[in-house]
Amino acid sequence: MTALDLARLQFATTTIFHFFFVPLSIGLAFYVAVCQTLHYRTGKEVYARQVNFFGKLMLISFAVGVVTGIIQEFQFGMNWSQYSRFVGDIFGAPLAMEALIAFFLESTFLGFWIFAKGRVSPKTHLVSIWLVSIGSALSAFFIIAANSWMQHPVGYKMVNGKPQLDSIWAVVTNNTAIAAYLHVIFAAALTGTFVVIGVAAFQIRRGHEVELFTRAVKVAIPILTVGVIGGFLAGDQLALLLVKQQPMKMSAAEALFESEAPAAFSLFATGDLTRDPGQTNRNLKIPHMLSLLATRSWDGKVTGINELERRDIAKYGPGQYVPYVAVIYWSFRVMVYTWGLMLLFALLTWWMARKGRLAESRHWQTFAMVMAVSPFLVNTAGWVMTEVGRQPWIVQGLMQTKDANSPLVSTAQVASTLIGFTLIFTVIGGIALWLFLRYVSKGAEPQATGKPDATDVPDLTLAY
Amino acid sequence: MHVDYSFLQALWFILIAVLWIGFFVLEGFDFGVGMLMRTVAKTQGERRALLHTIGPMWDGNEVWLLTAGGATFAAFPMWYATMFSGFYLALFLVLVALIVRGVSFEFWGKDDRPGWRTGWEWAMVISSGLAALLFGVAWANIVRGVPINAQQEFTGTLFTLLNPYGLLGGVTTLLLFLSHGAIFLTMRTEGTINERAQGIARFASPAAAVAGIVFLVWTVINMENRTGIEVAVAVLAGVGAILLATMAVSELAQRAHVAFSLSTAAIVLLFVTLFVDLFPNVMPSSTDARFNLTVANTSSSHMTLTLMAIVAAVMVPIVLAYTSWVYWVFRKRVSSDEFDLETKNPIDLMRGGAPHAPTDAQSPAG
Repeated sequence: MTALDLARLQFATTTIFHFFFVPLSIGLAFYVAVCQTLHYRTGKEVYARQVNFFGKLMLISFAVGVVTGIIQEFQFGMNWSQYSRFVGDIFGAPLAMEALIAFFLESTFLGFWIFAKGRVSPKTHLVSIWLVSIGSALSAFFIIAANSWMQHPVGYKMVNGKPQLDSIWAVVTNNTAIAAYLHVIFAAALTGTFVVIGVAAFQIRRGHEVELFTRAVKVAIPILTVGVIGGFLAGDQLALLLVKQQPMKMSAAEALFESEAPAAFSLFATGDLTRDPGQTNRNLKIPHMLSLLATRSWDGKVTGINELERRDIAKYGPGQYVPYVAVIYWSFRVMVYTWGLMLLFALLTWWMARKGRLAESRHWQTFAMVMAVSPFLVNTAGWVMTEVGRQPWIVQGLMQTKDANSPLVSTAQVASTLIGFTLIFTVIGGIALWLFLRYVSKGAEPQATGKPDATDVPDLTLAY
Repeated sequence: MHVDYSFLQALWFILIAVLWIGFFVLEGFDFGVGMLMRTVAKTQGERRALLHTIGPMWDGNEVWLLTAGGATFAAFPMWYATMFSGFYLALFLVLVALIVRGVSFEFWGKDDRPGWRTGWEWAMVISSGLAALLFGVAWANIVRGVPINAQQEFTGTLFTLLNPYGLLGGVTTLLLFLSHGAIFLTMRTEGTINERAQGIARFASPAAAVAGIVFLVWTVINMENRTGIEVAVAVLAGVGAILLATMAVSELAQRAHVAFSLSTAAIVLLFVTLFVDLFPNVMPSSTDARFNLTVANTSSSHMTLTLMAIVAAVMVPIVLAYTSWVYWVFRKRVSSDEFDLETKNPIDLMRGGAPHAPTDAQSPAG
């Protein structure tokens, strides 16, 4: 392996690990903010206990998400110095804005929320969790805007062979960024709710605080519904944009080597698992479906990988322009199929809740517990498709990944940090998971006798 | 309105200096408190009290570093690329230290078996100390100059950074943050932990002053274009350090706030000295002065600098306002008595009165 391969592996490892926790934190922060609002409005203790219970799970997630995020910001410079020099004029701005606008808000008020409970009025405390929720959701916007610029560069002009900022408005209103952001934010909401519902189902199943956790599921159902539908709609818009902006990625996601008109959607394909096998057996297909998805017409033509490759060679010169097809094809399948399960689960949950059967149906409870894993699967698959599908480019059409790494950082150096980060992530991730499961198995704390009004007595339920 | 390009570059150099200095002042005492976790606090209640002095703020304080990093990327991408890829393994160690430190604060109280807590306490001590040391080593080397070639690439290794001047810089920040943290604790706590923190400050502050003054003298000797301003700032920093040491030794208990202000001033002035010395370079090359990275040859375009200046002008006051408000909410001194509940039996509690008896401090938002 070369230093470049290792740097790529490191980026994949740190990003995937970081992104286990980011959507979970965003989703749980939103859920906790909703529960705290319900408690503030209704004064019902059941919501306050949910805030305490799920708030602790949220804090474990935040702890890991925040510390692993530092690496994200620094590894561009560490491993990708050529990239940083090339794109710095545009790419650095959203990162700096993310810190100034979002990270300060999120971090400051998270600390405040943990420690100020009971010290400030319930209203102020409520505002603080919403600021955390807003801050975390905002931070996702800036990083998605930065990433979308790599997928679909806009708002720049080339000066001395480098992109220079021409319109920040174009960068932050990039249609790719907006579709991708909505897709990610719905996914984050889903991540939070699937974990909440999975944990609640576990508690209901073992007869722990059944009423409390049934209520938790009911609070989660609207978020689940909006998330499943919104996630699909935003994803569909993103796919439409991909057809125009990154057709190679979209065709690879379909393993469509030869152009088709009308194009069929592949349900299952077999083929050589090399990077660019040149053909696949698309065994199970839905006729016309891909034409409908990609072109919004019954017979629309979808260009295949081989034709796109010829075009790229004509445009950019000889080279390798096909990404790892099998990886993209299967990560897209993971997303689509898991989404199907999510939809099914959402409908079932809605039905069960309506019939009042959440507490009795052990099948639903098992289903819910299994589905708690599903968002992590789709989140990872989504990033794998997005990033692997852009290869060989690091910035679509402007710079290739092979020209982007730090030229004087040796293979041994990258290897040592890769091993180091992987070890630390394994340990910290393991501990976080263990803590998470322990809190879950401990269950909700007994009903508090707590005073609802602000006193000078700090309430340390959430603090360490 | 057209603002001069070189003015914008200088402005961003200053802003990045402010962000780094803000980080060192704020996270400096967090590092100090982390290092003192097992020295100043001996019981679980005391350690919990110590954590509560920085608990609400440390994460926000660390964002100053993220902002400094992001701002460097946005305003001086060539500097960001050279510094971060060049200081590769040192930066890796910093990141490891910051990760371990962050989770150690958050995970410490999540389980109560003694081994768990002891383990995380040592993690706090070591990671805080390591980070405090490495930041000094890194900045001393930036000012001193490191091997950089014509392609703006760093050509040294980790060991290039471990020269006597760099190490002295590291020891200086280590001691300075240790003393800063101890003084912060004398300002923010009561009772036994307060007395222990005073004891540490009495030894750490003079030690920091000595290291700081030697480091400053060496820095002044190394200066290539020694102008009046640069020397004056260095002298001021030295005077600050001496005052701090005197203060800490003599009358710390009565005037913790004054001592903390002096400690803050010493950190600020030390880094102002370094940044003033550095400008207009951002990373001088020890290979050849022609390869020096400067504000001019590493900066972003006029448009990006202007845009970021506007964002900073709007956001920095807002951030400062709510950060100050949060510090205000948590201004009350922390006492370990509040956290020793688990060790007292109910009868003791009844004798001693309610642990949370109403005090004179009013709830600021209520």
